[in-house]
Amino acid sequence: MVQKSAEELAKKQRDISIAEFFEKNRHLLGFDNPRRSLLTAIKEGVDNALDACEEARILPELNIEVIQLGETRFKIIMEDNGPGIVKEQLPKIFAKLLYGSKFHKLAQSRGQQGIGISAAVLYGQLTTGKPAVITSKTGRNKPAHQLKLKIDTTTNKPDVSDDREIDWSEKDHGTRIEIDLEGSYTKGRQSVDEYIKETAIVNPHATIIYTNPEAQQFIFPRAAEELPAEAKEIKLHPYGVELGTLIKMLETTDAKTLQQFLTTEFVRVGTGTAKEICQNSSLLPNTKPAKFSREMAEQLHNGIQKTKIIAPPTDCISPITNELLEKGLRKEINAEFYCSTTRPPAVYRGNPFIIEAALAYGGEQEGDTTVRVMRFANRVPLLYQQGACAITNSIQNTAWRSYGLQQSKNSLPSGPCTILVHMSSVWVPFTSESKEALAHYPEIVKEIKRALQECGRKLASFVNKKRRIKEEGKKRSYIEKYIPHVADALKELIGLDDINTKKVEDNLYEILEHARGELEEIKIDNPEYDKELAKIGKEQDDNDDNYEDEKEVKTEKPIKERNENKITEEKQKTLI
Amino acid sequence: MTTKKDINVIAKITEIAKGIYGKIKLIKQPELEMPIRALSNVEYNTEDGYFKQLNNKKTRTLTASTIKTFAQTLRMMNLSKKLIETDDIATKREAYYVSKNWGDARFREQPESDTVMDDIEAMMGVNREQIGFIPGEKGGAVAGKLTVIDIDKETGKELRIDCTKFGAGAYSIPSSVEHLQFETNAKFVLAIETAGMFERLNKHKYWKNENCVIIAMSGVPTRATRRFMRKLSDENKLPVYVFTDGDPYGYFSIYRTLKVGSGNAAHINEFFCVPKAKFIGVTPQDIEDYKLPTHPLKEVDFKKIKDVLNNDPFCLHHKEWQKALKQMAKMRVRVEQQAFSAHSLNFVMEKYLPDKLKNSKTWLP
Repeated sequence: MVQKSAEELAKKQRDISIAEFFEKNRHLLGFDNPRRSLLTAIKEGVDNALDACEEARILPELNIEVIQLGETRFKIIMEDNGPGIVKEQLPKIFAKLLYGSKFHKLAQSRGQQGIGISAAVLYGQLTTGKPAVITSKTGRNKPAHQLKLKIDTTTNKPDVSDDREIDWSEKDHGTRIEIDLEGSYTKGRQSVDEYIKETAIVNPHATIIYTNPEAQQFIFPRAAEELPAEAKEIKLHPYGVELGTLIKMLETTDAKTLQQFLTTEFVRVGTGTAKEICQNSSLLPNTKPAKFSREMAEQLHNGIQKTKIIAPPTDCISPITNELLEKGLRKEINAEFYCSTTRPPAVYRGNPFIIEAALAYGGEQEGDTTVRVMRFANRVPLLYQQGACAITNSIQNTAWRSYGLQQSKNSLPSGPCTILVHMSSVWVPFTSESKEALAHYPEIVKEIKRALQECGRKLASFVNKKRRIKEEGKKRSYIEKYIPHVADALKELIGLDDINTKKVEDNLYEILEHARGELEEIKIDNPEYDKELAKIGKEQDDNDDNYEDEKEVKTEKPIKERNENKITEEKQKTLI
Repeated sequence: MTTKKDINVIAKITEIAKGIYGKIKLIKQPELEMPIRALSNVEYNTEDGYFKQLNNKKTRTLTASTIKTFAQTLRMMNLSKKLIETDDIATKREAYYVSKNWGDARFREQPESDTVMDDIEAMMGVNREQIGFIPGEKGGAVAGKLTVIDIDKETGKELRIDCTKFGAGAYSIPSSVEHLQFETNAKFVLAIETAGMFERLNKHKYWKNENCVIIAMSGVPTRATRRFMRKLSDENKLPVYVFTDGDPYGYFSIYRTLKVGSGNAAHINEFFCVPKAKFIGVTPQDIEDYKLPTHPLKEVDFKKIKDVLNNDPFCLHHKEWQKALKQMAKMRVRVEQQAFSAHSLNFVMEKYLPDKLKNSKTWLP
């Protein structure tokens, strides 16, 4: 074997461009197969558009169109009425990976890293060789700019191939993006149709017009005229900072002393707390941040964990609110019972978050399958990786049997039910960059379970009521069945005539019905149900090989059957 | 032929039906009242030696959940009235089939109709035969030094049945025994739990050597079998000895019911038990004395022992039985009549029974 020198090896060692990295690892960002890629590209566009509108306090109006160009080639067009983007920023925002405004601040938003939309542009470019076309206008009297953009994958720099001013008179302001890409359009629960619909459900303040490749146009009109409360930016909470980040912050801070660093860079740290942290870290408050060694930083990091610091403020999060959540569910599902809950804010690793849950039970839902789970994070539907998500895990570990659903141990319950869970946070912890599954932080799992339990208790009382009414109905029919027999027997025993026999029957009805009172009725009473909306995404796709709702293998017998066995056992015992 | 007693039953049925009708006319919930049929509603009358019914009643008010049974009870009362009026009878099974004409009110299983029948019987405070129903069950088998005098229904003549002349077979006790008379010079009656043991004793003409009557009960003795033995005990002054398996069922389902009656049909206990019966075996002590092969007690056996020790008035009265049951629970075993075969097939006849009959100290009350 020929040995190689370090020098030789060094020749092969060089920078890896982030764009090159993506090219090889696009699955990490959700571009692994044509079907999912189409969805991910649209998702990134919609996320950005909604974020931009909300940040500028504009009620969003989105127009999304998917056009099929060839068997596997699509053009997606996404247009919003946002504030627009100044011309200088356009290339970087759309054609440079890891460029954005959201990574460095802590505020509730859909996007986080600044990868999404440029990844979509890159994906289109890689699969079709075509540049993305971006049009943006920032005000009524300003010109609209149209750019053709590509990403130079070796340098991760935008490559502008065409740049012109155009007339875009129908819009005062807004942004439009067109990307050609390879994809595959399917129906079903993981389809673009479903994604758009769910987005409309959890963003009732947005109007979304969507045209699918079959040229069907869906209009989801705005259901709420008010924007969600403005997402406030907060500084990092000391508990949430990692050592590496801390070292970096110490390097770049303008603060002159450690105490000043702590009070200015973090939330919830006043002079008193800062001094306490210094004491717990065995560091002097007037140490210069610039002079920090790695060891000192580690001391500080440990000191922070030892200090009691009040939880971060939580007014920086705007939940959907349980009323709107329930309203959305009513549109989608024609059920007999709805309930929802919004938990008080909680904190994981220094990041505040709020969990909301809602469920719909009975009605037109199928009863013998596992429940349908709808997951959302910061108002974005999560359609993939259900099995890896903390929401799914929390549902599986909640005891649904006591709430009236069937459930084998540690699996999703079954019954005519849909469970919806939404997490809002200044920083949603996803398990990967494709942002489809929540990470399993104990605090988050605990909050989700509490929200589910709150809904579950309400569900249980409804299921019980339903059962009582059913039994009552049974008893009524029972009465009707046997009254004639009582009358008949009396007729023969004491020789009543027909008139008196009839009277006995009438009186018996009065006696028995009187004691029972009015019969309640449970039925679907849901004027908000939108049949057309509910249909979207329902059609199952035949080659749904990637669909993650794994058909669960039911090993346990259904409860009813088990009870019957028990009864026969008991009967046998009494016979002995 | 409707007798005066029968007219009383008809009158009572009509009276109950009229009471119900009266309530319904006033738009009030009608009720049926009947004695509670359980051990909790009897006391052990030591003077007369049987379980006497107490006065606790249960009321079945007509509601949505009781209406089916209510209708069935009335239907059954009506059937009973018709049977008496036409001097007919129906077996329990037949009554069950009659109900199949009642549409939705029909019985699904015979135990359901039996329960309703027992309720009516207790409500009237009479014997089942008096309301026109007879048991479908087979009575006991009899062999030995006994002549039963029956009457031929066609001719009205006496029928003399010699119970020594059935060979390998036996005389079968009819469902109604009230009219029977006996002639015997036997010294005692031996009541045996299993048909198998009866066969062995009969085959070897055990009754000839011992000068006795043997009766197979085949489990809990039927009312007729109990009444049959009672007549032998009362009218012919024969002692009755009982021989069952050594387990809680043999002691307190078979022997106790034979001797003092049951909680379930307490209203007829007075006539349908044999207070003078004595238990000769197999006792828990016999297991040790005769070194008998055993089986472990089952969960149900322990449950029965516990239940009897706590609730059975007969057991609560007799320390000897409490001692025997506790001994059995401690030994954790039960024994079958056939276990004596381990010594030799005729050990039971040649050794065990003669020994036991001689020594009344080994018996249980």
